[in-house]
Amino acid sequence: MTLTAKDVAEIARLLEESEFDELHLEHEGFKLTLRRGAAGQRPVAQSAAAPAAARGMAAAEVSAEREPHGTPAAAAVDGVRRDVPAPLLGTFYRAPKPGAAPYIEVGSQVEPDTIIGIIEVMKLMNTVRAGVAGTVAEILVPDGALVEYGQVLLRVAPGPPL
Amino acid sequence: MRIRRVLIANRGEIAVRIIRTCRRLGIETVLTVSEADREALPARLADRTVCIGPARPAESYLRAETIVQAALGVGAQAVHPGYGFLSERAVLARLCEEHGIVFIGPTAAQIAAVGDKLAARAAAGAAGVPVVPGGAVGCLSEAQQLARRIGAPLLVKAAGGGGGRGMKLVHELADLPAALELAAAEADAAFGDPRLYLESWIAHARHIEVQLLGDGSGRVIHLGERDCSVQRRYQKLIEETPAPRLDERLRRELHAAAVRFAAHLAYRSAGTVEFLVDCERAAFYFLEMNARIQVEHPVTEVVTGVDLVAEQLAVAQGEGLRLAPDAARPHGCAMECRINAEDPARDFQPSPGTVTAVSWPGGAGIRVDTHIVAGSRVPPYYDSLLAKIIIGGPDRARVLTAMRRAIECSRVFGVPTNLGLHAALLRDPQFTDGGVDTGFLARHLERGAAARECHGG
Repeated sequence: MTLTAKDVAEIARLLEESEFDELHLEHEGFKLTLRRGAAGQRPVAQSAAAPAAARGMAAAEVSAEREPHGTPAAAAVDGVRRDVPAPLLGTFYRAPKPGAAPYIEVGSQVEPDTIIGIIEVMKLMNTVRAGVAGTVAEILVPDGALVEYGQVLLRVAPGPPL
Repeated sequence: MRIRRVLIANRGEIAVRIIRTCRRLGIETVLTVSEADREALPARLADRTVCIGPARPAESYLRAETIVQAALGVGAQAVHPGYGFLSERAVLARLCEEHGIVFIGPTAAQIAAVGDKLAARAAAGAAGVPVVPGGAVGCLSEAQQLARRIGAPLLVKAAGGGGGRGMKLVHELADLPAALELAAAEADAAFGDPRLYLESWIAHARHIEVQLLGDGSGRVIHLGERDCSVQRRYQKLIEETPAPRLDERLRRELHAAAVRFAAHLAYRSAGTVEFLVDCERAAFYFLEMNARIQVEHPVTEVVTGVDLVAEQLAVAQGEGLRLAPDAARPHGCAMECRINAEDPARDFQPSPGTVTAVSWPGGAGIRVDTHIVAGSRVPPYYDSLLAKIIIGGPDRARVLTAMRRAIECSRVFGVPTNLGLHAALLRDPQFTDGGVDTGFLARHLERGAAARECHGG
């Protein structure tokens, strides 16, 4: 059984009607976190993306949350998408400077040496490269968030966009 | 400023120890972990963990910039460095100071001042604390001149650090040039600092240290001494307080000298001044100051009832010294045995692996500080300390008896340990008499080896 967009919408509706602020669901290695409003300390992924929506991850308050003890070489989602982990701890920036266009968006084509963002450690800017080729399917970390070593920044699907 | 969230930049038993006090005080803990420590006990006890890098310390626990960035990122007001790693590198304290984060320890300047052994010797002299005869040497002729004055045997030591690295024992003055060359190369490699100094070699010395707390403005109190003479290649194995068979006048002089030294620096936080006590001459000399919480600090906590980590936190948040000098007077005796994952039968080779099952002693008067539970991994990248067993009691005889039982009922499966060696040491008549010198452990091991050869031959 896989979750469809309809299932997620139904779960979101249930949460909306309940007295709970947060809902965690784990199913066959897939983890879904729903939160009421924009509260929450952990970075909430931007997942309004079309490919993500097609996989049943619609709604602004839906976020895919990294396993807290995942490793940089975390298993690929669906066995197809590849994780791009943070090579070091620091502040993740999606654009070369404030206000500039992000290096990549969901749907961007990347090569292994494509710069996908910057991680700042004590004013030192480290460029982060994709390391894999394909199409950006999900961006899991918002601009300006603290990322840990090995935290998944984005997921890349093989080949050109659908 | 009230500290609400602390970043703990360490691992192992000291991380567990710091988390325990923070929890008691209602302070949130964020633990930095390397990839190898994500699943370890401290990670499970902390309120939050942040992974700072791969297992190798140089890529994780020794990265000061990463640690300060992590503290800023998680909104921690303070960083506790524990011991080892960056605790005595001025760079972490300095970066914290620059970024408005409280470093739970001394100032960067104090760390630098006591980290440079020559500067520390000079400070001891200025504070009226005796130092071992010797001094800095720039060139060979200067060294030979000084060596002739203090006489052989003597020690060549590195100004940049301790732990036995860059240290050479010279029995004959003719061997001095070669020893200097070797020591300079070692010191340069280990500390990036080839500066050397000479010290007279004291054949029969005890290692006795004094626990201090300073408020940073010149007020310093001592919490008694610890005898750490049971050591091998400068690695301590058993520590106890009070130092057995120590002349009371000498004990008081040690305490006073340690306080004088730290007050001279207006030392802040917990620290320890180490002394060599010459058994034959009833004299003592300043050895070095450790500007951190020490592995063996629970020995002092057991006899004084003071939580040293809590006092570090109090000083760090500006509460100053909360203890009156008399409030910290020790009662009774305490002893600590360090249980390491190392194999005494194979020249103390570290023995990493996975602990399959473990059982630590318990009961009244027994404290075990550990990060090891069944399934714990002992990674090869870090020190091999598994646990510290600390026993308190009204007198040394009762503490010894209780410690023997505690060691005998400790079980660690999966990795070799030094539990057997501890059992033997606790029955060695010289140790049970008390007051051994720093050569005791080596002699004990030699006797054991000789006995085995006798039986074997």
